[in-house]
Amino acid sequence: MDSFVNRFRGTTELWANEANMFDDFGPYDAVKEFSQPPVEFLKECTDEKSDSECRIKFEHGTTTLAFKFQGGIIVATDSRASAGSYIASQTVKKVIEINPYLLGTMAGGAADCQFWERELGRRCRNKERISVAAASKLLANMVYPYKGMGLSMGTMVTGWDKTGPNLFYVDSDGSRFKGDMFSVGSGSTFAYGVLDSGLDYELSTNDAIELSRRSIYHATYRDAASGGYVRIYHVKEQGWEFIGLFDVGNLHWEYNGL
Amino acid sequence: DVINLFQPSDQEMEFLIGITGKDFVLTAADTSAARSITVMKSTEDKSRDLNKHNIMLYSGESGDTVTFAEYIQRNVRLYGIRNGIELTPKAAATFTRKELATSLRSRHPYTVFLLIAGYDITTSKPHLYWIDYLGSSAEVPFAAHGYGSYYCMSILDRYHHPDITLDEAKVLVKKCIDELKTRFVINLLDFKIKVTDQDGIREITI
Repeated sequence: MDSFVNRFRGTTELWANEANMFDDFGPYDAVKEFSQPPVEFLKECTDEKSDSECRIKFEHGTTTLAFKFQGGIIVATDSRASAGSYIASQTVKKVIEINPYLLGTMAGGAADCQFWERELGRRCRNKERISVAAASKLLANMVYPYKGMGLSMGTMVTGWDKTGPNLFYVDSDGSRFKGDMFSVGSGSTFAYGVLDSGLDYELSTNDAIELSRRSIYHATYRDAASGGYVRIYHVKEQGWEFIGLFDVGNLHWEYNGL
Repeated sequence: DVINLFQPSDQEMEFLIGITGKDFVLTAADTSAARSITVMKSTEDKSRDLNKHNIMLYSGESGDTVTFAEYIQRNVRLYGIRNGIELTPKAAATFTRKELATSLRSRHPYTVFLLIAGYDITTSKPHLYWIDYLGSSAEVPFAAHGYGSYYCMSILDRYHHPDITLDEAKVLVKKCIDELKTRFVINLLDFKIKVTDQDGIREITI
């Protein structure tokens, strides 16, 4: 990898002399550049035992949650992307801002979530604010035809519409549920534990934010595939508000009195 | 064509039951919607009103269930709008069964288990149909879907009779639910119980 990068690490001027632009490019042998043959690399990404129609392994390392309370809806996620035991990124944005009044969360295949929620955003541009029920139904109907083909998406669609704050869970199996609280991802069971025991509809906004922060932190502590930062949003009547990004490492010391 | 007769055991955790009486059908479904080990929702209504006097309860593969149920609901409603009269329970069941039979040998078969309960206003008789994903349909006096049926069918065999009254049916369905709470390893917390009779469909408590 380094030799590959070094070849292009030349001058900092942006090709001062265009005539010499291609001088440094020699013959490129793709096979030599890979540390392992492509076939071996692919074997690591496929799951031979599973459904023969779709063998690609998906990592669903994530914790996302959302719950309703008197002040609206709190949405919180972690920010880790893992590929097997390798942490691919600690700064993934798992909350998708569909429009200023609708939020979607991402669990499962990142590309699947981002693409389909972007597609959803495209369809939500009418003169009137679309209801969360309608938006989630659109999303569920978009992915249902691809059922069984390997899409992996476990998302929550939430927002404030004419009937008040609303929260729906939609996944790539085609299910769609309306609810007051959901948690999705590999760390969801851990988040449910803290969330269920601390949840009260009458919580103040600050307490609700703290509860969501705690829930994600505890999930990242126990689940190897969740981590990074806690990303929190608050959905209000005027639209969603980004609350903040909290490093789980710092939270660990804070919660343990250090 | 090869038909995959394997019933994924996930679906069997859900429970549906129907009991016909003198002039009504009592139906009940559990209200938990679970994804692998987590209960995502415990207040789910696993039914759709096909028209004023017909209700369909569904269980099975998530996604398939709601999509298929809403498809049938809309087509039954459309028939009522187009023709000015509502489909009878037998007709609704036959239509549904045929749709499942066609879907079975298509690219993506619907894996759904259904109970269609209805009151036929032309003959003033209640009807209950047990339908599964292979397109089999049977008219029965009482029926159940899921592992829970293994416990309840014998109770229904023992205590059911054709002239059962609504109060007796409520006691009977409570017997079945209590048996599940005693013997079934899955904790089915809550049930939505509905009655379909000449006045339409309504939810009741027992």
